[in-house]
Amino acid sequence: MKKALKEFLIKNKSFVVLVIFCIIVSIVNERFFTVSNILNILRQTSINSVIAVGMTFVILTGGIDLSVGSILAISGAVVAAMVSQGNNAFIAVIAALAIGAALGAFNGLIISKGKIQPFIATLGVMTLVRGYTLVFTDGKPISAGSSEAASAFSNIGAGYFLGIPLPIYIMIIVFGLAYYILKHTRTGRYVYSLGCNEEATIYSGINTDRIKILVYTISGLLAALAGIIITARLSSAQPQAGTGYELDAIAAVVLGGTSLAGGSGGIFGTVIGALIIGVLNNSLNLMDVSSYYQLLLKGLVILVAVLLDRKQKK
Amino acid sequence: MSDSIIKMKGVTKEFPGVKALKSVDLNIYKGKIMALLGENGAGKSTLMKILTGVYEKTTGEIILNGKPVQIKNTREAQNMGIAIIHQELNLISNLSIGENIFLGREPVNSFGKIEWSKLYKAAKLIMDRLGITEKPETLVGELSIGKQQMVEIAKALSLNAQVIVMDEPTGALTDKETDSLFRVIRELKAEGRSIVYISHRLKEIFQICDDVTILRDGQFIAEYPINDVNEDKIIELMVGRKLSEQYPRINCQLGENLLEVKNLTNAYVKDISFSIRSGEIVGLAGLMGSGRTELARTIYGVYGKDKGEIIVQGKAVDIKSPGQAIRNGISYVSEDRKGNGVVLGLNIKENISLSVLQKLSGIFGIIDKKKEENAALDSIQGMSIKTSGVKQLVKNLSGGNQQKVSLSKSLMTGPKILILDEPTRGVDVGAKKEIYDIINQFKQAGMSIIMISSEIPEILGMSDRIMVMHEGRISGCIEREQADQERIMRLAVGQREVTI
Ligand SMILES: Nc1ncnc2c1ncn2[C@@H]1O[C@H](COP(=O)(O)OP(=O)(O)OP(=O)(O)O)[C@@H](O)[C@H]1O
Ligand SMILES: [Mg+2]
Repeated sequence: MKKALKEFLIKNKSFVVLVIFCIIVSIVNERFFTVSNILNILRQTSINSVIAVGMTFVILTGGIDLSVGSILAISGAVVAAMVSQGNNAFIAVIAALAIGAALGAFNGLIISKGKIQPFIATLGVMTLVRGYTLVFTDGKPISAGSSEAASAFSNIGAGYFLGIPLPIYIMIIVFGLAYYILKHTRTGRYVYSLGCNEEATIYSGINTDRIKILVYTISGLLAALAGIIITARLSSAQPQAGTGYELDAIAAVVLGGTSLAGGSGGIFGTVIGALIIGVLNNSLNLMDVSSYYQLLLKGLVILVAVLLDRKQKK
Repeated sequence: MSDSIIKMKGVTKEFPGVKALKSVDLNIYKGKIMALLGENGAGKSTLMKILTGVYEKTTGEIILNGKPVQIKNTREAQNMGIAIIHQELNLISNLSIGENIFLGREPVNSFGKIEWSKLYKAAKLIMDRLGITEKPETLVGELSIGKQQMVEIAKALSLNAQVIVMDEPTGALTDKETDSLFRVIRELKAEGRSIVYISHRLKEIFQICDDVTILRDGQFIAEYPINDVNEDKIIELMVGRKLSEQYPRINCQLGENLLEVKNLTNAYVKDISFSIRSGEIVGLAGLMGSGRTELARTIYGVYGKDKGEIIVQGKAVDIKSPGQAIRNGISYVSEDRKGNGVVLGLNIKENISLSVLQKLSGIFGIIDKKKEENAALDSIQGMSIKTSGVKQLVKNLSGGNQQKVSLSKSLMTGPKILILDEPTRGVDVGAKKEIYDIINQFKQAGMSIIMISSEIPEILGMSDRIMVMHEGRISGCIEREQADQERIMRLAVGQREVTI
């Protein structure tokens, strides 16, 4: 038992970082460790978490997805526009998710069939989609309006169930599903195998193009989901929403110990990584640290945590 | 007795869950060639990785020229004059031969600019010595595995080390390349350098080694001067028992044509036609680069075909990917296990099941872990894979055991036509026999087997029919009864048969 615990801690250094970090912050600031603040952190983390889950799939295959921030923005704009035009909230959400998934699939197609490096392909799509969002919104926020549909819609981001914000439930469901898929299904196994050795995976009779298209589709879909949550919470879509979110998502994945080279890591790490970033943002706010210093400290913490997590040889 | 330059004493190495070495001794004598022998997983590579600073030993001593030393990394080992050619290739495929040879030790001028002409000139010198005819500017990725192995050897030679460890250097080499290597080894010896030589080809040991050290299950068994032992004695020491006939060839009833290939042509092979029947083993011989591997991979759907037909059990099939080949009952065991045979970063169980997860999973693709584990356990038993369990990473298996995992993965697909590309490369004598037995089992069950091998005794010993390739074409086909080494070699170098 004790040995198992020790092994767990050595394997999950980022978890230790998170716990120590929480302890320090709660000593320094008594407002940190309160139910309302914890819920607050979790709610704020949910956006990055949902994106980071998709990013985990992509990074496990050895890829990267820079387009998530833009996909978030366009799906937010679409869902807000549809709701404001009086469409059913449910249909609007499905449409936005479909757009995210389609853009993700497009990423996957140019990467697998077009044989373009993921970094370049998704950089292109990122710029393209951001541009289209600006055209679509005319550079102005789109309000969801105040219809019945709009208030139903805003629940997704601002509603509560049993005193807990809905986005937290969404985050937990996404984490759970992703964990299960990676751990227990064929698809998950292929994702790891592809990340470890693409050629051997092909020789084993697996259609790796299909897996690539799938992981980018998942990433696009989850980015759209994040866009829906943000838009619902604010009851409006911002054309610049999600700018730079891809970096937070990548940071969460890497903080969680997933290797950028692909093939090793997983969802549990990403949960921890996203929480570290969430706690960091929250505690710096609580302590009234200026936003300039916030960035500086965030960069430092990310570097230190990643260094700590580096596996030693032998 | 000559003096030893290196003595390893009581070396023990524990990996999590495995005791790979248990108090092993090894002497390396000045100006002598020491053979290090043992079955797959006996601990040969591990011992040599400790000597060259790749692994840290758990306990034990290394004495260099009479003084105990600590070797913490490869750099330190190199500085002490110890170099190694690893069993697995460690080259960077998009760098040139010359760049690979001098990686990290490039000659630079006083501004830090690499002096390319100097580098390539120095590379050429070493390459000439080894008889590598390629240009030093050629990218390593364009070379065959055999050639890449020669580059590894060149890299070790460039270090100008006093002690050179060679871990199965000849596995992928042609006879000619092996001869060049042996010539160089003898030269090195004459210069007073020492060599540790690991190989599963016992014939080679008697050709060049002065002494042998034998390991079994991580334990030191014996050290002898080569003249005091013979092949049988060595095998007995390695395996711990006597072995029966090496090639257990069986005759069985040939059935229908399972595979027929007609006029197959692409960039690599020209106008290939042959057929193979159920219960038949066809040996595919030829020199390195004759197109054997390419033919196998074309049939398996890795390379596209320009012309020709592949007919499985009387039906023409269109195979565009390995997945389709597997669904048509064709399976392929690669010669390049690190590159595309196994996934080193996954564990044994995950590798063995990789091609058949369809069958091992239910609704939503959820994997039946129990079934998967049982399948893996069956393979581990059937193949006697030496491992601490189904969850051991394949990366941490010995080379020969990785080969068995690769074979298991293929057999899991239940193929009707099995293509084996150098199936016993890096496999020890005992395990070779086990693999032959398994091949025979499948032959008896009515499979068609194509076996590519560069070891002519293996081809002669196992095949019912022998096909020889030369420059992408089939240069001849010989029935077993009429086959001998000479006829095969003649066809392999492209000489037509003289019919009298
Ligand atoms: N990094 C590692 N972690 C865990 N176990 C290991 C590791 N490296 C080697 N082993 C184990 O140590 C044992 C000895 O392996 P080693 O590679 O030295 O064998 P070998 O004698 O070189 O065999 P072969 O002839 O097949 O190359 C094996 O049981 C192997 O599984
Ligand atoms: Mg070895």
